[in-house]
Amino acid sequence: MLKRWLQRVTLTDIVVWGIGVVIGGAVVYGTIVTLVTATYSAEQWINLTIDGLKLGGIYALIALGYTLVYGVLRMINFAHSEVFMSGPFTAVFLAKYLHQIGFYNAHPFISLLLVTLLSATVSMVVALLLERIAYRRLRYAPRLVPLITAIGASFFLQYTFRGMYGNDPETYPTLEMLKGKWNFGIISVPKTDVVVIISAFLLMLILYTIVQITKTGKAMRSVSEDKETAALMGIDVDRIIVYTFGLGGASAGVAGVLYALIFQQVHFYMGFIPGLKAFTAAVLGGIGNVVGAWLGGTLLGLIESIGPNLFLSGLGVPAPNQLKDAIAFTILVFILIFRPTGLLGERVSGTKA
Amino acid sequence: MSSKTTHIWKKALSNGGIAGALSILISLVGLAEKFGDTNVVKGVVTLGDFFLLLPILLVAYTTLWSNVDVPRPTLVGLSAVTGATAGVMLTLLLALGQLVDLRPMFVNASPALYSQLSRGVVLPLGYLIPPIQGLIAAMISLGIYLLPGRIRSAVIQGILWVVLVGTLRDQILLIELFKTRAISYILKTAIFASSGLSLIGALLLFAIVAGSSYYLAGRKKATTNNLPIQTRKTNRIILLVVIAVALALLPYILGIFYSEILDTTGLFIMMGLGLNIVVGFAGLLDLGYVAFYAIGAYAMGVLTSTGLGLFNLSFWQALPFALLAAWLSGILLGLPVLRMRGDYLAIVTLGFGEIVRLLALSDWLRGVLGGTQGIQSIAQPQIGGFRFNTLQELYYLILLGIALITFIAWRLKDSRLGRSWMAIREDEDVAQAMGINLVITKLLAFSTGALFAGLAGTLGAAKLTSVYPHSMTFIISINVLVLIIIGGMGSIPGVFIGALVLVGLPGLLTEFEDYRLWFYGLVLVFMMLNRPEGLLPEARRKRELHEETSALIAE
Repeated sequence: MLKRWLQRVTLTDIVVWGIGVVIGGAVVYGTIVTLVTATYSAEQWINLTIDGLKLGGIYALIALGYTLVYGVLRMINFAHSEVFMSGPFTAVFLAKYLHQIGFYNAHPFISLLLVTLLSATVSMVVALLLERIAYRRLRYAPRLVPLITAIGASFFLQYTFRGMYGNDPETYPTLEMLKGKWNFGIISVPKTDVVVIISAFLLMLILYTIVQITKTGKAMRSVSEDKETAALMGIDVDRIIVYTFGLGGASAGVAGVLYALIFQQVHFYMGFIPGLKAFTAAVLGGIGNVVGAWLGGTLLGLIESIGPNLFLSGLGVPAPNQLKDAIAFTILVFILIFRPTGLLGERVSGTKA
Repeated sequence: MSSKTTHIWKKALSNGGIAGALSILISLVGLAEKFGDTNVVKGVVTLGDFFLLLPILLVAYTTLWSNVDVPRPTLVGLSAVTGATAGVMLTLLLALGQLVDLRPMFVNASPALYSQLSRGVVLPLGYLIPPIQGLIAAMISLGIYLLPGRIRSAVIQGILWVVLVGTLRDQILLIELFKTRAISYILKTAIFASSGLSLIGALLLFAIVAGSSYYLAGRKKATTNNLPIQTRKTNRIILLVVIAVALALLPYILGIFYSEILDTTGLFIMMGLGLNIVVGFAGLLDLGYVAFYAIGAYAMGVLTSTGLGLFNLSFWQALPFALLAAWLSGILLGLPVLRMRGDYLAIVTLGFGEIVRLLALSDWLRGVLGGTQGIQSIAQPQIGGFRFNTLQELYYLILLGIALITFIAWRLKDSRLGRSWMAIREDEDVAQAMGINLVITKLLAFSTGALFAGLAGTLGAAKLTSVYPHSMTFIISINVLVLIIIGGMGSIPGVFIGALVLVGLPGLLTEFEDYRLWFYGLVLVFMMLNRPEGLLPEARRKRELHEETSALIAE
């Protein structure tokens, strides 16, 4: 048994595992030191957790777009980060206009609804245009071709929006309703955070229901299982793919508004990093899997906000928060190395990825 | 009217709509207005006009192209419909702009744009200008379409050269050779106006380019194959010597402004040749390629910088270590990603590139890598008493580097290793079954690519005498990727063409900088949809790409 195992292990495995053990060891050691020296108070940890949850909700909503599209087309829609950007970057002008005429704070619910609707619509239209113009003709092209197309489309969209709306960031007006904090027993949480966490969760639930229960959702899942057979069963594959892009785009648009509620500022480059994180989240949870997207998003959000302080400050790294993106990417790399199917994925990535 | 003819007209109408939408997009993105002052032919057409009408020209042309068997009068009608529809859409934009101030949202919807659209004609009358322009553009398309093939390509080449030379008027006059009084006087009076070409100059240039292209197109087929082998060989040697001499004199003929661009283009050629091995030969899509450039540059910085004072080596002492660092990092990245394919690999390499940049940026490694401030006072190469410190002198070093890398890449391509790479690219499993050691072959691809980028990095660091984490962004990786895709993946001459077109040309037009990436994106999508094999495709790669699609269609 042991002998067989030893024969199968190659030098690469040893090196990869070696790197894994070193990094893992450093993380464990750093965590222990941080906890023992009690660098941060309980309240700080709770705040970090809330930060993580709200980021995680947004990542999950974006990750859904990656996951659904990957499911039906087996391609990474690299331009999805620009789909995410296009909605809130357009809707900010509506928000500013509403603010200017005094409607924004007088009717906050209607205003938010209108802004969200516009954002979701714009993102959806961008996603549909992408599918129609760039991806549809490449459905049977060699694998790298659609990916490179998506990268090109991503840059084209980024700089189109920059050209149209300008280089400078636009700021969402603050809602009076969401200023201040709510107290829950011992802790107080900013109202915005509560709204973002809850609405992200509810939306994820709705999207899950759509994919799981409705007829179109079932058709989507069967297309991602096997396109040819789905077509034989009378499913219009083209229509389902369009629907998938639409759903992913709309949820990215809503995620964009939530993102704007937290960070206020939107600009043409805002999609790149969250898009990459959301992709990481999708891979972490198991790509092609809606629950996986939610789990991966939440986990990634938590790791990203708690991780730097927990893992790195114990190691004596100054300003650990600068490295939060590096941590996210390291997780991505390691997930892909050690468990490419993700936490909940069942697909074997050997042949498909 | 039969249903087929109505279909044709509907198609022309919807094509006009597409062209109009594209023209509106170009206006709102700012290309029309920003280049509205850049004269191509003074008083006749600006670069902005050209961008505005380009979609109409191209779409009208495709409308015609898809209706081969239609009688001529109908063709005139079709292109007129396309052009006029597109023009009317621009009129609508103009009218909307008069009703509502679009500027709070669209920064470029300014009075300057509206006067560009109406060509300065007072308004009620000015509304007629865009449709008229659309019609003219469509008629130009029709004219070009109806010309016989050889004349057509001559005319298109003539137009392109007029646009290029007219746009680059100021830059052309900066060429050192043209600064001599006589030449500069001739150029300024005969061809150029105070900005752009003069009308006579444009016609002259067009006649020269179109005429010579027409002449050459006829001559090419007849002669080259008939010459005896011996003469062809000597011809080739003469050509090589001429090229070598021209390359050696280039920085002094062109001057300092151009030397900067030449150096940058050279560095991108080196990186392109490296990435060409990884992506083009071995088919491993690497989106974090800038990491290796960064590692080369930073290694050079850490080892030589007197600012940091850690090692204080000279350039040549540090060079082997920097190259070793880049090479090892190629292996280090290669090892964990050996089992990944396609898009997963792409994302992981992207992540790797970002990790390298973030580490260079962080306070954590500030003592070694300088944090946000980067590393300054990096040593420049020195041979004996001669120090390469101007851009013109460094050019020779970069040229040498390119020559070396090109030679290695060219020799590798058809070697056993090169053929193994291509086998992996075509089918990994079959390649393995044929006895190719995947681990070693892939690692060699990654590390060779990394080595080339590392060399570019060391020279880049010496060129600037500093490195900054902010210049090591994802965009550089994309830049390199785009240039090898445009040139043709796996094709060595393609890398040179790609770098000249995508790095050299935009480098000349500094005001173009804002739109460089916009064009990159557009070009990437366009190439992938229409010509995935690139401009100068490598034969095998081309076959491969078309085989797969045709096989699938046949299914």
